[in-house]
Amino acid sequence: MSKLNTDALNKLRDGASGEFRNKKGYTHYILTCGGTACQSNKGVEIYEGLIAEAKKQGVGDKVQVIKTGCFGFCERGPIVKVLPDNSFYVDVKPEDAEEIISSQVKGGKEVDRLFYKNPDGSPVQKAAAHGDLPPIGFYQKQQRVVLRNCGIINPEVIEEYIANQGYIALQKSLFEWKPDDIINELKTSGLRGRGGAGFPTWMKWDATKKVANDIKYVVCNADEGDPGAYMDRSTIEGDPHSVIEAMTICGRAIGASQGFVYIRAEYPLAVHRLELALAQAKDYGLLGNDILGSGFNFDIEIRLGAGAFVCGEETALLRSLEGGRGMPTPKPPFPAVAGLWGKPTCINNVETLANIPAILVRGGAWFASMGTEKSKGTKVFALTGKINNSGLVEVPMGTTLREIIFEIGGGIKNGKKFKGVQTGGPSGGILTEKVLDTPIDYESLTQMGSMMGSGGMIVMDEDDCVVDVARFYMDFCVDESCGKCSPCRIGTTQILKILEKITHGNGDEADLIKLETIGKAMQKASLCALGGTAANPTLSTIRNFREEYMEHIHDHKCRAGKCKSLLSFTILEDKCKGCGMCAKNCPAACITGEKKKPYTIDQSKCVKCGECFKNCKFDAVVRA
Amino acid sequence: MSECSCGHGEEVNVEFPKELVSFINEWKVKQGSLIMILHKTQESFGFIPRAAAEQIALMTGIPLARIYGVITFYHFFKTTKPGKNKVSVCLGTACYLKGGGDLIEEARSVLNIKPDEVTEDGLFSVEEVRCVGCCGLAPVMTVGGETYGKLTKKQLPEIFEKYKARG
Repeated sequence: MSKLNTDALNKLRDGASGEFRNKKGYTHYILTCGGTACQSNKGVEIYEGLIAEAKKQGVGDKVQVIKTGCFGFCERGPIVKVLPDNSFYVDVKPEDAEEIISSQVKGGKEVDRLFYKNPDGSPVQKAAAHGDLPPIGFYQKQQRVVLRNCGIINPEVIEEYIANQGYIALQKSLFEWKPDDIINELKTSGLRGRGGAGFPTWMKWDATKKVANDIKYVVCNADEGDPGAYMDRSTIEGDPHSVIEAMTICGRAIGASQGFVYIRAEYPLAVHRLELALAQAKDYGLLGNDILGSGFNFDIEIRLGAGAFVCGEETALLRSLEGGRGMPTPKPPFPAVAGLWGKPTCINNVETLANIPAILVRGGAWFASMGTEKSKGTKVFALTGKINNSGLVEVPMGTTLREIIFEIGGGIKNGKKFKGVQTGGPSGGILTEKVLDTPIDYESLTQMGSMMGSGGMIVMDEDDCVVDVARFYMDFCVDESCGKCSPCRIGTTQILKILEKITHGNGDEADLIKLETIGKAMQKASLCALGGTAANPTLSTIRNFREEYMEHIHDHKCRAGKCKSLLSFTILEDKCKGCGMCAKNCPAACITGEKKKPYTIDQSKCVKCGECFKNCKFDAVVRA
Repeated sequence: MSECSCGHGEEVNVEFPKELVSFINEWKVKQGSLIMILHKTQESFGFIPRAAAEQIALMTGIPLARIYGVITFYHFFKTTKPGKNKVSVCLGTACYLKGGGDLIEEARSVLNIKPDEVTEDGLFSVEEVRCVGCCGLAPVMTVGGETYGKLTKKQLPEIFEKYKARG
C-alpha cells in the first residue's frame, strides 16, 4: 500500500463503490457473523467450513467467504447471509456449510430451512437489497446509523469501509471545512454523548478547541465496564474505521495531533481488529504525518484497560491512561481544560464517535430529523435477560420501551410475566409496566428514576427478585468503588449490608428509611458518577416494588424464589407417587424414601437448590 | 525465600523472555506505560509474580509500591498462579439472572476447590468475571478462552472432562 492523496482516495472509492466485491469475479459472497458471540458459538467452524466446502466442491474460485461484524440478532446466531440473493440464514450450524455450497452456490437454490420463520411458522421474505434490514420483526423498528456497517462490510479490509462512504467526512474536514464548520455541523445534529450522561458533543469539542495549548489529546472511551452492555465492543469489532475516522476529525477540529483508544483488555477480538485497522489507515496515509497530503498530522495509540468499572468515568480513565490507579479527580477542571497529563483533552465514547462520520457525510439536519426534541439520532441498546430476541438493537430516540421489549424483543421468554427492565446498568434503575409507553430519551429515563447509561437493557420476569437484583448491583458497586471518597466507599458497603439482611429475612421497616437516607447522601456527596448513581437500583426498587421489600421483611417470603434463606422445599404426601426423581437429582442427598411411597426432605441438610422442584413431574414438591 | 503468609511468598523462577524484555525497554520511555507493561508480563507468566514486579521496578525505575498499587487496583491483574485451564464464569447481569451464580458454585463443587484455589493437578481454577459481552448466550462460561453459552449445571462435568483428557 502506498500513501494516498485525496484524489487517489476518491479513485479508490469510485473503483470500489457499488458492487466492490463483484470486481473480483466471484458469483457468490457469503457473509458470516464475526462478532464475539457468534464466533464463540461455532461461528469460526462455519466460516472455515464454508471455505473448505467451496474448495472441496470445486467452486473455491467462485465464492468469497467474509467475516463481518455483528448482525445484532444474537438470539438466533450464528447468522449467515448469502449475496447476491440476500438470503438471511439464522441458527446456522457447521454441518449446514455443505448444503449452502451445493444447493445455493452450485444449484442456484436457497436453503429454505435456514430462513427465519415468523412465530406463526410462515417464512420471512428477504430484504430487497444488501444493506437493507431483513423484514423480520426484530428489525422492523430499527434504524442503523452507528451500526450502519456492521454485518455489511468486512471490518478487516479498509477498502470495504472506503467503498461505503468511509473517510469522506475526513476529506471534507481537511479540505473543505474549517474546524468551526465541523463543530457547527455537530451542533446542528444535536448529537449528545452516548457514554451515559448525554452532554452535547459539540460543546465538548468546542471547549477543548478554545483552550490554547501546543499539545492536546483526543481520547476514545472503549472501556465499557457496564455488565450487560456490549454495543461499543460490537461497533469496534464490526466497524473500527468509523471510530478512527471520527477521532482524526476530532483532532483536526480541536487542534490535537495525538489520540488514544482506551479499551477493555477483556475484548481481545475488538483490540485485534482495531490494531489491524490502525495499521491499514497508517499505510494509506489516513493516519500519521501529512494526512492525505493536507499537512495535518494525527496518530492514534491503543491503551488497554484492566477491568475497573470506575475507569468509564472520564477523569478516572485519564488517571488510568497515565499509568496509575484509576481514581476520579474533582471537576472542574474539566478534561477539556486540564485532562491527560494536564493537557486539554476531548474524551468521547465509541458510540458517540461512530455517529460522527455519518453526520458529517449526510449533514447535521439529517441526524436531527431523527429522535425527540432534546435527544436526536438513534441509540444502540444491548437487549438481554428474559427476552425472546436478545441482541443488539438500534432505534431512533423516542421509541418506547414497549416497542423495544415486545415488538423488537418479541416479548418475554417462556410466556412468563414481565416484571421490570433495568436500563443504565448499576447506575440505572428498574422500570415497571407503568412506564412502558413513555418515549425514551435522556430526560424521560432520568425522570422515571433510571438513566440511559451506556445502553444495557436487561429484561426481568416474575422469577426475578428485585431485592436480590438491587443486592447484586450493590455488590458490584462495592467491588468497583475506588474507595477515594467516603460517601461512595462507606455508603455502598452499608447499603449492601442492609440489603443482605433483608434478603436473609432479617430486615425491618426502619431499614428502608436507612437505605433511602444513605442513597440520597451518596447521590449528593459522591465525587464521581459511580458513587452518585450507585444507589439508583436500590432506590428505584424501593419506590417501584415496595410491596416486595415488605414481603421479605414482614412475611419472610421471596415471591420469586430467589432469596435462598427464605426458601424451603417440602414434598406433599398426597401428591408424591414415589418415583424417586427428586432423590435421584438431589445433590445434597437429603431426600429419602422407598419407591412408590412418599419421599421426605431432611430440611437440615437441604441446600435449597430447587432441583427436586424442577424434576418432579407430579407437582408434589412445593416451594414456600 | 522465607516463609510468609502474604500469598506472594512462593518462589517463582521469573526469567523474563527476550520478547518481554524488549517490550519493556520499548515502552518504558513512553508516558503512562505501566499498565501495558503489566499486561505483557501477565501474558508471559499467567499472573504477576512478586519477583517479576520487582524486576519491572528495577527496569523502569517505577517504585515497587506504586507498581503494587496498580496491580491490586485492577481486577485483570492476578498475583497468584491460575490453573492451566482458567474457568471464568460470567456474572454480568444477564448471566446472573439466568443462573450464573449457581454455575460458579457448581463449578467449584464439581472441581472441589474454593475461590482463589487451584485443583490439585494444577489443571483448573475458577473465577467470576464481569460481563464477557455474550449476553445473548447467557449464562456463559469460558474455559481457557473457549466460550460455552446457554449453559446448564449438568453440562459442567462433561466440559471439565474434556480438558482433563487433554491434560
